[in-house]
Amino acid sequence: MSKPIALEMKNISKSFGSIQANKNVSLEVYHGEILAILGENGCGKTTLMNMIAGIYFPDEGQVIVDGEEVVIASPKDAFDHKIGMIHQHFKLVDVFTATENIILGVKDAAGYSRAEAEARVKEITERYGFHMDPHKKIYEMSVSEKQTVEIIKVLYRNADILILDEPTAVLTPQETEVLFNVLRRMRDDGKSVIIITHKLHEVLALTDRVAVLRRGEHIGTVQTAEADENMLTEMMVGKKVSLNIARSEPKDPCDRLTVSHISCCDHEGVKLLDDVSFTARSGEILGIAGIAGSGQRELLEAIAGLQHLDSGEITYLNPKTGETVNLRDRTPLQIRELGVRLSFVPEDRLGMGLVGNMDIVDNMMLRSYRKGHSVFVDRKKPRDLAMEIVENLEVVTPGVTTPVRRLSGGNVQKVLVGREIAAAPKVLMVAYPVRGLDINSSYAIYNLLNKQKEAGTAIIFVGEDLDVLIELCDRIMVINSGRITGIVDGRTAVKEEIGLLMTGSIPAATADQGKEEGANG
Amino acid sequence: MAKSLNKGAGKTREPLFHIVKRPTIPLWKSWVIRIIAILAAFLVCGIVTYLLVQRNPLDMYASMFRGSLGSKRKLWKLAKDMAVLLCISLAITPAFRMKFWNIGAEGQVLVGCLATTACLFYLGGKVPDAILIALMLVTALLAGAVWGVIPALFKAKWKTNETLFTLMMNYVATYLVAFFLLTWTPDGSSTLGRIEGVGMLPVLFGNSYVLIILVVAILTVAMYIYLNYTKHGYEISVVGESENTARYIGISVPKVIIRTMILSGALCGLAGFLIVGGLDRTIYTESVGGQGFTAIMVSWLAKFDPIVMILTSFLLIFLDQGAAQVAQDFNMSDAFPSIITGIILFFIIGCEFFINYKVVFRSAKKEVKE
Amino acid sequence: MKYVLDFLLNAIPLGMTFLYGSTGEILTEKAGHLNLGIPGIMCVGAAGGCAMIQALVLAGNVPGVFIVLLGLLASFLAAGLMGLLYSVLTVSFKANQNVTGLTMTIFGAGVMRFIMAGLGQQNHAYLKALPIFRYPFSNLLPGTSWQYMGIMVYLAIIIAVVASLVLTKTKVGLHLRAVGENPATADAVGINVGAYKYGATIIGSGIAGLGGLFYIMNYAGSPEAYKSIETLGWLSVALVIFALWRPHLSIFGSALFGALYLAGSYIPSIPAFQQLGLPMSFTQLLKMLPYVVTVIVLTISSVRNKREDQPPAALGINYYREER
Repeated sequence: MSKPIALEMKNISKSFGSIQANKNVSLEVYHGEILAILGENGCGKTTLMNMIAGIYFPDEGQVIVDGEEVVIASPKDAFDHKIGMIHQHFKLVDVFTATENIILGVKDAAGYSRAEAEARVKEITERYGFHMDPHKKIYEMSVSEKQTVEIIKVLYRNADILILDEPTAVLTPQETEVLFNVLRRMRDDGKSVIIITHKLHEVLALTDRVAVLRRGEHIGTVQTAEADENMLTEMMVGKKVSLNIARSEPKDPCDRLTVSHISCCDHEGVKLLDDVSFTARSGEILGIAGIAGSGQRELLEAIAGLQHLDSGEITYLNPKTGETVNLRDRTPLQIRELGVRLSFVPEDRLGMGLVGNMDIVDNMMLRSYRKGHSVFVDRKKPRDLAMEIVENLEVVTPGVTTPVRRLSGGNVQKVLVGREIAAAPKVLMVAYPVRGLDINSSYAIYNLLNKQKEAGTAIIFVGEDLDVLIELCDRIMVINSGRITGIVDGRTAVKEEIGLLMTGSIPAATADQGKEEGANG
Repeated sequence: MAKSLNKGAGKTREPLFHIVKRPTIPLWKSWVIRIIAILAAFLVCGIVTYLLVQRNPLDMYASMFRGSLGSKRKLWKLAKDMAVLLCISLAITPAFRMKFWNIGAEGQVLVGCLATTACLFYLGGKVPDAILIALMLVTALLAGAVWGVIPALFKAKWKTNETLFTLMMNYVATYLVAFFLLTWTPDGSSTLGRIEGVGMLPVLFGNSYVLIILVVAILTVAMYIYLNYTKHGYEISVVGESENTARYIGISVPKVIIRTMILSGALCGLAGFLIVGGLDRTIYTESVGGQGFTAIMVSWLAKFDPIVMILTSFLLIFLDQGAAQVAQDFNMSDAFPSIITGIILFFIIGCEFFINYKVVFRSAKKEVKE
Repeated sequence: MKYVLDFLLNAIPLGMTFLYGSTGEILTEKAGHLNLGIPGIMCVGAAGGCAMIQALVLAGNVPGVFIVLLGLLASFLAAGLMGLLYSVLTVSFKANQNVTGLTMTIFGAGVMRFIMAGLGQQNHAYLKALPIFRYPFSNLLPGTSWQYMGIMVYLAIIIAVVASLVLTKTKVGLHLRAVGENPATADAVGINVGAYKYGATIIGSGIAGLGGLFYIMNYAGSPEAYKSIETLGWLSVALVIFALWRPHLSIFGSALFGALYLAGSYIPSIPAFQQLGLPMSFTQLLKMLPYVVTVIVLTISSVRNKREDQPPAALGINYYREER
C-alpha cells in the first residue's frame, strides 16, 4: 500500500449505559481510497463513525489524523481536521435554501460575502458534476437533492475525509449510480471516502477495501478485489447463514381485503397514493417493495383508518359472515366496531405502535382497554398477555412493568408484533418489521409471520430488503411515487426486475397489474 | 487501554467533562438529590437574607418555622391555604398529563369565583339556602368548564397554541370581574363587601376550614384513582405521551382534549366556589392571587402525581407563609416570600438535571466506567 | 383629528414597551427557547435601571447623558443576569423551559417589588431623571402628548431594526436561526449551539429589561407597577406570534398593541362615545381588547398554518447532543 494513511483509529471503545457499542476497534483509512464499513444493523458502524465526526466522544482510544493524535470533541473539531460526515438523517435546516445550508457554520477569512460563497458553491457543483438549484428551499427538495446538498456542504469545508452513512438507503438504483460516480471522482481527486453500509453488492461495486464490524468489534479488513459475497457475509454474521426463509404454499387462499382505485394527496396537493388497486388474500404474504417514502406508509394507514382518501374503496370480506364492509374513511375505532379483525405493526414502533414511557402491561392494554362497561381499566388480562408474550417470544426484559423504551429494538418489536398477533387478526399489516433487528430476532419475526399465514391470515408485508421479500412473500407488489408499478410472483421474481419496477422504468408494468387484477376479479 | 488517553494531552486536550444521560436512577437516589437541592436552596436563602438585613440565618429559619407551623391558628391557616392550592393543582393536573399547557387556571378559578359571587349577589335570600348553594356550585363548575374548554376547542380543531390562549383568557376573566364589580357597586368603589348570612357552607367540627380540607382530601384520592385506574385516565396518558399512538388505536384526540379541559376547568371552578363560598365571601380581581401559576409548580414538581402533590403544595405554602413571617419579623418588603419561593424553585428545577444526567469528568472516567 | 394625533402620541410610545419585550423574546425564540420569564425579566430590568438612576440622581451633579447611559446599562445588565440564570437552567441544565420561565416571572416580580419598596423609602427619586429620558420633546413641547416621544422610543425602533438586519443579513443571524430551527444540524456544522443560545437569551433578556425601565420611567412609579409590567410582558410574548418572529414587523405590531392597550381608557373620553350613554363599567370590557385581539391573532395564525410563518422548529425543545 503506497498511499499515505489519512486517518487511524486505535483501540476505540464506547458504551451507552450497559450496551457496548464499540469494543477496541482499530483501523486505518488511506488517502485516495473508498473504504466500506460493513456490518449488520446495530453492529456499531454508525457509532464508530460518529466518534470520528465528533457526535459522540469515545470512552477509550486514540484518533490519529495525518500522523498526529487529535481529540475530536465536537463536529467543529472534525471539520478542523478536514473530516465531514453525511448522516443518514440529513442534518439540514428545512426553511433555509441550499446555499444557506452549505455555508452554515463556515468561518470566512475576510468577512461574509454572499456572492463569494455562491461562486464557490457553483465551482464545487461543476467540478464533481452535481445537479443542484442553490436557491431551492430544503423542504421543497427530493431526498437525493438533499443528499447532494449534504455532500456539497462537506466539500465546501474542504473535507479530505468524507463519511457517508448508508447513502443509498433512500436512493433509486439510477440515483445510486450517479452518486457512485461522484464518489469515484472524489477518490481520484485524492480524497478518502468511507461508506457505511450493509449492502454487499454496493461494497463490491464501489470500494477499494472493506472493514467488517460485528457486535461492535472489528472483525477484519480485506481488499475488495480479493473478497466475494460469501466471504463478507461470513465475516458479517460470524457463521455462514443460509438466507433460506421457510415458505409454505398458501392454503386455499381467498380474497380478504380488496383495495380499488384509492388516491389521496398531502395538504399541498401532491399525490401520495395514485389509483392504487390490489387484493390481499388469506393464507398468503403479500410483500410491498419500493423506495422509502413511495407511499407505503400512506397505503397502510389508509387501510387502518388513519389516512383520508380522496377516492376509491377499501373492502373487507368478513370470513365469518361472508359480508363485505367498506373501510374507506372510517376511524380505527369504527373499523374495530364493524368486526374487522385488522392488526397493524407500524413503521414507527415507539412513536405510534407503542408508548415508550409506558410499561409492557400498559402497552398491551392499548388494544384492549375499552373492553367492558366499567369506567375502570382492567390490568389483569393485559398482564397475563404481557407475561405470555415475554415468555413465548423470549423478550429480554427485567419484567413486565419495565417501560418499553428501555428495551432493545428487537425486544420492542417482539412486544409490538406479539400484541398485534394476540388479537388473532384476519388481516395483518407489518411495516419494516425487521429494521434494526439482529438476525435471530429477524428470523423470529419471519416465523411469527409464517405461522400467521398458516393460520389463514392475510399478511401485508412492507419491506426494504429485496432478498427477504423474494424469499418470504408469495406475491410482491411494487410501489413507486404512490403508484403500483407491478405485482410479481415471489417464487419466480428476479431482483433486477423488482429494482426496475421500483424506479418506475418498466412501462409494461401496467400490463402486469391488469393481469393481476383480472386474475383476482 | 485507558492509559493511552493522557498521552496525547499535549496540544489538543479532551474536554474537562461531558454529560451523559443516566439510563435509570433508583427512586430513593432521586429523592436524595431533591432533598439536597432543597437544603442547598435554604442555605442560599439564609445567605441572601443575611446580605439583605445582616441577621443570623438561624433566626431566619426559626422565624420561618414559627410563621408557618408556630401555632394552632397558623397550622389551620397552613392547612386551608394548602387545600386551596392543592385543589387548583389537582384541577390542572389532567391537562398537564395530556401535555396541554393550561396556564389559565388563574382565570378559570376566577370565573368560578365570579359565578359563585353572582349567585350570592343576585339570589342571596331569595331562594332557600340549599338551592342557593347548589346553584353556586353548579354555576361555578360550569363557568370554569366554559373558560377551560374554549382554548381546548381551538387546540383540538386547529392546534392553536394553548399556552398563550389560556394566559390571555386570564386577563379577559380579570376584566370581566372588574366589569361586574363596577356594576355591583353603584358608588364606583369596585369593592364588594362580604356577603354573609346567606348561602353559607356547612361548618364541620366547629371550624369552617374543615369542609374545604375534606373536599380537597377526597378530590386528591379521586383524582389519583381517575388518572391511574380509569379508562379516561389511561386515554389522557396515551394522548400526552404520543398523539400518533392515540390515533393509531382509535382514541379521538380532540375528544380527549375537550373532555379533559372541561373537567380541568370545572375543577378550577370548584376551587373558585370554595374560595368565595367558604372563605372570602366576596370577590376581587385578585381573588386567586397568582395561585393558578403556583399550582403549575405544585403539579410539575410532583411529576403530576396527586399524592406527591400533597407534599409539594405543603412545601410551597410553608415557604410562602414562613417567608412572610420572616419579612414581618425582619422588617422587609412583603415581596420577600416571592423571592424565597423563586430561589427554592430554581434549585429544584436545576436539580432535575442531576437526576436525568450525570457529569463525567476527565479524571473520573475510569471509576465511572461500568 | 386632534384626538387621533393625541391618541397616537400616547399609543405609539406605550407600544414601545412591547417592542422591547417582543424584540428580546424574538431573539430568544430564534435560539429555540420559549422564555415565559420575559415578564419577570422586564420587572428586574425596570428595578435595576431605577436603582442605578436613583443612586445617580441622589449623588447629584451627574450629567444627564451619564444618567441615561448608566441607567440603560444597569437595566440591561440586571435583566441580562436573569437571562443568564434562565440559560444556565434551560441550556446547561436542560430544565423544562415553561416551568423555568414561570418561576422567573414569579421571582422577577418579587425582586422588583422588593427593590422598588426600597427605592420608595427615598420617594422614588429616580423619577427626577424623567425629563432627561423624555428628551427632546419634554423641553420642546412640555406638557403635551409629544413629551412621551423621548429617546427610548427611538432606541426601541433602532434595536428592532438592527435585530432584524442581524437576523436576516448576517452570518451570525443565519447561525442563530439555524440553532433555533435545527440545533443538531447547527452543531454538526460546528456552530457552538450553547454559546448562541446563551448569547441570544442574555441579549434578548437585556433588551426586554429596557422595556421594563422604559415603562416605569414614563408611566408608573407605584410599587404596584410590577403588575402592569407583568401584563405588558405577557402581551410582548404574544406579540411575537403576531410579528411572525420578525422584529421589524413587531414595530408596527407594537404600535397597534399600544393602541389597543390604551383604547380601553381612551375611548370613553371620546364625546361621541359618551353620547351612547353606556354605563361606566363598560370601560372594563374595552380593556379586554388587547387580549381578545391576541387570541384572535393566535387562532388566525394557527388556521392559516403557513410554512414561512411558523415558530422556529425546535422552539421549546432543549438540545442534548448525545440524545438517542
